[in-house]
Amino acid sequence: MTSAAGCLAANDWICGEYVRSRAQELTEATLQHVWITAASVLIGLAVAFPLALLVRARPRLAAPVLGLTTVLYAIPSLAMFSLLLPLFGLSAALVVTGLVLYSLTILVRNILAGLAAVPEEAREAARGMGYGPGRLLWEVELPLALPAVMAGVRMATVSTVALTTVGALVDYGGLGTLITTGLKSFFKAQVLTASLLCVLLAVTADLLLLWLQRLLTPWTRPARTPGTLIRGAG
Amino acid sequence: MGAVTDAWTWLTTGANWQGESGVWHRLAEHLWFSGVCLAVSCLLALPLALWLGHIGRGGALAVNVSNVGRAVPTLAVLVLLTLTPLGRHGDLPTIIALVLFAVPPLLTNAYVGMREVDRAVVEAARGMGMSGGQVFRRVELPLAYPLVMTGLRTATVQVIATATLAAMAGGGGLGRIITAGFNTDDTAQVVAGALVVGVLALLAEGLLVVAGRVCDPMRATRRAH
Repeated sequence: MTSAAGCLAANDWICGEYVRSRAQELTEATLQHVWITAASVLIGLAVAFPLALLVRARPRLAAPVLGLTTVLYAIPSLAMFSLLLPLFGLSAALVVTGLVLYSLTILVRNILAGLAAVPEEAREAARGMGYGPGRLLWEVELPLALPAVMAGVRMATVSTVALTTVGALVDYGGLGTLITTGLKSFFKAQVLTASLLCVLLAVTADLLLLWLQRLLTPWTRPARTPGTLIRGAG
Repeated sequence: MGAVTDAWTWLTTGANWQGESGVWHRLAEHLWFSGVCLAVSCLLALPLALWLGHIGRGGALAVNVSNVGRAVPTLAVLVLLTLTPLGRHGDLPTIIALVLFAVPPLLTNAYVGMREVDRAVVEAARGMGMSGGQVFRRVELPLAYPLVMTGLRTATVQVIATATLAAMAGGGGLGRIITAGFNTDDTAQVVAGALVVGVLALLAEGLLVVAGRVCDPMRATRRAH
């Protein structure tokens, strides 16, 4: 340590010197947290979409698929990572797989709900215009289901950010690793800073996704009447 | 699947179930935490949510509390609490952290359940001369019951799952078996501990589904539909 600052020596909860002297460590942990979360949610989406489409095409599969994802959700995170341990060993793949399995419940349900809420008239109109099933799905149903899908993605992302910390168990917990090592050495500034960064990350991710959702679904925004003040400026 | 057979051997070894760090003792600790937390959370959340739902106010509060709760890492809260003066009081940090996480699903589900009761039905009940209390007990509560129970199931599974994390912050419970296995590089013990917790969570969920059906105040009516 270069300068034995007062708050580090006193082991205070809030310590600017900690943030300054460990900036690199904090950045690395945050980056690890971000990529583990992003990979989990993206893979989760890639698995959830075909599952949701399959369930929609074969309603008889709905009960087993939804039941299985709910059972997965009931498994405690510590237990989930432990059960996957024999398959993956101590690796980032273990953490990502666990998180993907958790995100499935939320994602599959929301995608299904979104597709089910597409008005039948919109489908009929598209079919009438000669749209095949593929084009109908991509150009009509998915855009209309987007708000529900995005709601699911936001929920999954926020809870994945929080759950990633448990990956500290196998040293791939991002900020969670800092939290648990901070606990072992009773290092208050590290525990509090890492925890706050984690919450901040969840809130930032949620706001970014909300912004993306608005960008992708301009038709859900109320038309801005002339003369309306632009809110949120400055 | 060597790991599963190893875990099975671990589980069927009597010595692993006995003593201070045996499965029985950890299971008792786990159930004790979870039970206390659920009781406290229900006492805190349900009266408030049902009352807010009855008068139709505070919906934003009930829903937002739940969304924020999802963003907060449980592990961080557990660890933070153990580092405060509360940490000297044994299981208290674990219990507080678990209550914090059980309240949101209970609150949101009970509130939404109350608000989803058809307003026309409530009006009809009032028109028949029922008082506010009677409407609450005999109309709103039975109709909101399924969602209140859903909230209780979510909270229960969440508490049993989260109580495992207490071990990562130095607390007791079944998580201890898993973390001890990690520390000694004993995969069989890790998987065995995980199996016990998983089975416990699913068992609790199943029991509550059955209990919920048996206690349903509108059992006969709902079955007819």
